Amino acid sequence: MKKMNFDIAVIGGGPAGLAAAIQARKEGAEKVLVIERDVELGGILQQCIHDGFGLHRFGKRMSGNEYAQEFIDELENTDIEVLLDTMVLEVTRDKVIYACNNKDGMMEIACKAVILAMGCRERTASQIQLMGYRPAGVLTAGSVQRYINMEGYLPGKKAVILGSGDIGLIMARRMTLEGMEVKGVYEVMPSPGGLTRNIVQCLDDYDIPLHLSTTVAKVHGKKRIEGVTVAKLDENRQIIPGTEEYIECDLLVLAVGLIPENELSVGCGIELDERTRGPVLDNHFMTSVPGIFACGNVAVVFDLVDYVSQSGEIAAKGAVAYMNGKLTGGEGTEYVHTVPAGNVNFIVPQKIVKGEECEVQLYMRVKHPDKKAVLEVSEDGQVTQTGRHPFVAPPEMISCTVKATGNADVIVDMKEGK
Amino acid sequence: MNKKEFVCIACPNSCKLTVWEEGGEIHVDGHGCKRGIDHGKNEYTNPMRMLTTTVAIEGGHHRRLSVSSTGEIPKNMISQCLDVLYAVKLVAPVKRGDVIAADICGTGVDIVASRTMKHV
Repeated sequence: MKKMNFDIAVIGGGPAGLAAAIQARKEGAEKVLVIERDVELGGILQQCIHDGFGLHRFGKRMSGNEYAQEFIDELENTDIEVLLDTMVLEVTRDKVIYACNNKDGMMEIACKAVILAMGCRERTASQIQLMGYRPAGVLTAGSVQRYINMEGYLPGKKAVILGSGDIGLIMARRMTLEGMEVKGVYEVMPSPGGLTRNIVQCLDDYDIPLHLSTTVAKVHGKKRIEGVTVAKLDENRQIIPGTEEYIECDLLVLAVGLIPENELSVGCGIELDERTRGPVLDNHFMTSVPGIFACGNVAVVFDLVDYVSQSGEIAAKGAVAYMNGKLTGGEGTEYVHTVPAGNVNFIVPQKIVKGEECEVQLYMRVKHPDKKAVLEVSEDGQVTQTGRHPFVAPPEMISCTVKATGNADVIVDMKEGK
Repeated sequence: MNKKEFVCIACPNSCKLTVWEEGGEIHVDGHGCKRGIDHGKNEYTNPMRMLTTTVAIEGGHHRRLSVSSTGEIPKNMISQCLDVLYAVKLVAPVKRGDVIAADICGTGVDIVASRTMKHV
């Protein structure tokens, strides 16, 4: 088995991993490695050809792969090593990575710190208990995106989309532009899962109907999908009898949510947060295993790539500090917590190293939409800062910088608008 | 009087705009701020959109190369522009920013490669 040593290894060459690797090198790590399972860097951004990326970071509208290219070009001008077409099989608590590829075979890579940046996965048909046969032609929105935007295949002619998440909306427009007929978007919940601007620009622009509180009740067809039965749902998400309607289609696109990809994290016993489904992180984005950090969508599903890159940089700074003995983590370390209150559903990072006076970047989502809400941050009953939020909604992640003393829990309360 | 309704996307507030023409002037209602008036007027008179799509490429890792407009183009010209782009066939290598179609359909906007694709 080939053995290698690195200061820092980054698992995943998408936006989080690229930003983390570049930052780690800038912070002084000399031997940095990126391990990517695809044949090129960029991750899922390479199939996101639509624009709207990079507004925060670069101040202009870019397509996903343009955004990725900025980082790839920067990385290629450094001595950061990259292993492409390489699958990581295991990460140990001692920060040893086992990986393999066609050229090198099995590899044992020992590192001083590891940054997890594996991204997330889409929920599939079996995870939403779709009734009926399992014919060809039921695909996740991301698969359809890859087929159309990168590989040059049209996976159908008449499509039905289940779920109104952003990828589903984006794909409604893409399929229409490619000459496919999109029969409609069906959303189980009474409100859309995606951002309003995507509903306007991807559905309204092309007269694609959005049906709320409606589901795909059955998939028809044995070898290949022939159609679906859709049905209205009541407030308990039960099918309302008599509302069933048959729709002929040869493609069902599932845009029903994303889940952080934590198989490797679970394998080495990293503690997960049941709300974010990502690792529990401290203010340096270190996981519960000392020296193993996480960033990007493996930590929590972000919706802006700008935040993903930012989280990669935070994790990289943490990893270099750990490498230099400035952070310890693990059982001997005490923490205070970031505590969601009011309309706040969850916060990442979940904890702050006790006694560390710091400015910490918090990422959070609310439970329900609201207007004129006020974000109030407090420690020990003392309000430390407030911020006004004219509009909040679950699909729009909120990011803010908070000053913490490190001596008490940080309560983050999104108060209802008046 | 031809009334049209739009959801404003100038900010996440998502105001429901009603826009109509009366006495040679365009009126906007339902807006929460000044940006909504501008958005409503633009949508009513000449809606503009960015165009991103793919073109065929040979000799690279993939069979499609993503391309993007350098500015917004009139919404009603999108399908005309697509017809031009779907006839394009490239050979790798291509660098990000390479012009794929200059001044597409006389819009004054270029279509450029939004990624680099090396020859393999």
